[in-house]
Amino acid sequence: MVQMVEEGSTLLCRMEICVAEAEKRSGKNAMSMQETFTAYLIETRPMDAVAEGRNPAPDSLWRRYSEFELLRNYLIVTYPYIVVPPLPEKRAEFVWHKLSADNMDPDFVERRRVGLENFLLRVALHPVLSNDKILYHFLTEEHGWKDVVYETGFQAKADSRLRALSATFRVRNPVKRFLEMKHYSDQLQSHTSQLLRARARVADRLYGVYKVHGNYGRVFSEWSAMEKEMGDGLQSAGHHMDAYAASIDDILEEEEHYADQIKEYLFYAESLRAVCRKHELAQFELEMSSQDLISKKQQREELATGIVRIFSLKGMTNKLFGQEAPEQREARLKLLEELITEGEESVKEKTVECQEHVEKAWVDMQRFKGQKDRDLREALINYAVMQINMCKKGIQVWSNAKECFLKM
Amino acid sequence: QRPSALCPPSSQEATLTNGTPVETSSPASASSLFNRLQLDNDLDADGRDDPYASTETRDLFVTVDDPKKHVCTMETYITYRVSTKTTRIEFDLPEYCVRRRYQDFDWLRIKLEDSQPTHLIPPLPEKFVMKGVVDRFSEEFVETRKKALDKFLKRIADHPVLSFNQHLNTFLSAKDLNKRQGLALLSKVGESVKNVAGGYKLRARPPEYCAMGDYLDTFSQKLGTIDRITQRILKEQSEYLTELREYGTVYSSWAESEEELQRPLEGMAGCVTMYCRALEDQSENMSQDFLPVLREYVLYIESMKNVLRKRDQSQAEYEGRLEAAVVHKQEDRTPIPAEVERCQDKMECFNADLKADWERWQSNKRHDFKQLLTGMADKNILCYEKCQAGWESLITLLQDKQTEDKMSETN
Repeated sequence: MVQMVEEGSTLLCRMEICVAEAEKRSGKNAMSMQETFTAYLIETRPMDAVAEGRNPAPDSLWRRYSEFELLRNYLIVTYPYIVVPPLPEKRAEFVWHKLSADNMDPDFVERRRVGLENFLLRVALHPVLSNDKILYHFLTEEHGWKDVVYETGFQAKADSRLRALSATFRVRNPVKRFLEMKHYSDQLQSHTSQLLRARARVADRLYGVYKVHGNYGRVFSEWSAMEKEMGDGLQSAGHHMDAYAASIDDILEEEEHYADQIKEYLFYAESLRAVCRKHELAQFELEMSSQDLISKKQQREELATGIVRIFSLKGMTNKLFGQEAPEQREARLKLLEELITEGEESVKEKTVECQEHVEKAWVDMQRFKGQKDRDLREALINYAVMQINMCKKGIQVWSNAKECFLKM
Repeated sequence: QRPSALCPPSSQEATLTNGTPVETSSPASASSLFNRLQLDNDLDADGRDDPYASTETRDLFVTVDDPKKHVCTMETYITYRVSTKTTRIEFDLPEYCVRRRYQDFDWLRIKLEDSQPTHLIPPLPEKFVMKGVVDRFSEEFVETRKKALDKFLKRIADHPVLSFNQHLNTFLSAKDLNKRQGLALLSKVGESVKNVAGGYKLRARPPEYCAMGDYLDTFSQKLGTIDRITQRILKEQSEYLTELREYGTVYSSWAESEEELQRPLEGMAGCVTMYCRALEDQSENMSQDFLPVLREYVLYIESMKNVLRKRDQSQAEYEGRLEAAVVHKQEDRTPIPAEVERCQDKMECFNADLKADWERWQSNKRHDFKQLLTGMADKNILCYEKCQAGWESLITLLQDKQTEDKMSETN
């Protein structure tokens, strides 16, 4: 498990959380079509009970992957300034070809179980997210949870946000550090995906190298049949070559774990970018409001002084058909005044919102950065340990084989 | 290239009348000569493992090294230094140092095959290399050939009969080889092949020689398989290396966009690069040391088959003549001529030499493969060890930084 050290009163200080098992199920979906899915058993236990040594049976409930997805979407919308932990991949990606890409493959389901547990632990450790009521609900009430989520109305917010996010807009005065962070998230994404792709290819080739050695096993054993003194040594050396060829399966299976750790950060890059984009959106909205306010103020000035600074159709009609009546002018001025006050309110509001987003997001980005540096360093160490084990295994097999050769 | 490979029985008479001493005694009698003297074994490092080193004290040491390229107007060729140290009285001096080219080795081999038709002559590395595919003057090629030539001479020098051959003496000690005589002999052999072709048919090969033939066929097949597997591994490994290098590059380019992780990621890139280098060495070793030895053995098997064939011919000749003599005897009661008896002697001598050489060859083979396969295991172990050391030092680097972080956190 990824080690996470975080101060503050997080949910994980109060509760023990794990995804204990996965189960294949089938049932009818909303369209009343038969479908097969995997359900995951979440177990929770209050910490104080554990501390007191009572060790009660854990509370448990089943959740589907889609429910995890819903929880995450809710968190993303509700906490736009937070780099929300990603879920494990829905479908196996960046796999080397010997590995099954089937969603129901037991190894894949197991790795996803670990990934989902990791997601829950990350959320439960987060200083802000861990105190969310919906999260608590998700962990403790099996039924009715979905309704509670939908009641928050997060979806309406999500829809408009999503539309705005997918639209292209340009911020006039971008905040430099957010621009840099966005750039970084792009880089993180491209580097991790390149790494995963390269690793899959390396795994493919390594698999080949090991497996071809298995042929030595066969030919040594055939050869041993026709030898006298050399026979025994050759025969046993052949067995060691077989063992060598077989050892690669475990090595690469273990390496998948490293790939999963890198994948998590590939998806984290997306979360990081989303926070930056949301900041840009807030900034954009603020800029639009200020722009609007400025133009309204200009209109008011024009109306008050009767001087048209900018050529406009209205100015032309005024010149052609004469000035409007003073009453009309008054009414329009009044309306403008109202709109300006409203606009000033909105700009003020948006400035605060934007400012808040900047501050909170910056805090969480810094937290994320620290977490990322720690995790990836840890992952690299684990990878190095794995490589050392592979070397040791290799040395062991070849030393055994060497002993056999020496006996020939 | 080597017409003597088809050497018919009659050519043996030619060499006999030629005055060349043909060793017909068993190897044991020759080896008794060996025990007289002892020499430092510094020229031959493998000597310790040699199965004969313990039973036969060697007094003839030959090394091939220092290849040199010669560029003349007519041709470009490589010569090798052939150094000899010996205490044998057949040599005038205790030490010799001559330069020989591949042709000269070839000459020696033809001479040996001619003068010792009953013996197994070790193979030379393949003469013809595919032009354009292999650069004959590349360091790699010359090095491999040098090793094979060295092996060739060592095998002869260690042989209780072949090592006393006069042509070997000439090859090792003469300032200039006079090869004309050899060429003249070659053409003679060619004629005699024509004369005898289609002569006698063998009645029944004794089972022990059949077994030898079968063994050689299967063994050669197995070596072919090992050769193919090894080539396949080399191919897979080179593709693995290509991907691995790419993999290393990804780490170093990632390092550029990180602050805290820059050093760790660079460390990863460094480790992968180091691993690539270790693997390159290992691959190079397999293609330059392992495969040539396998191929040499395939040639060695061919030489052995040749001797078997020649033995069959001598048996066929004897049987043919005997049959004719028996018919004559029945017709006019003449005694069996001495010629037939000479054929019988020759066949028996052939059988004895062949059996001795077979034993020697088997023993050499066992020794050589033990060494070859142990070497392969060693190279693999070495590669893994280098790699392991690299990863271990990376862990130290990564963990040092971690403890540093923890220290600053607590401060």
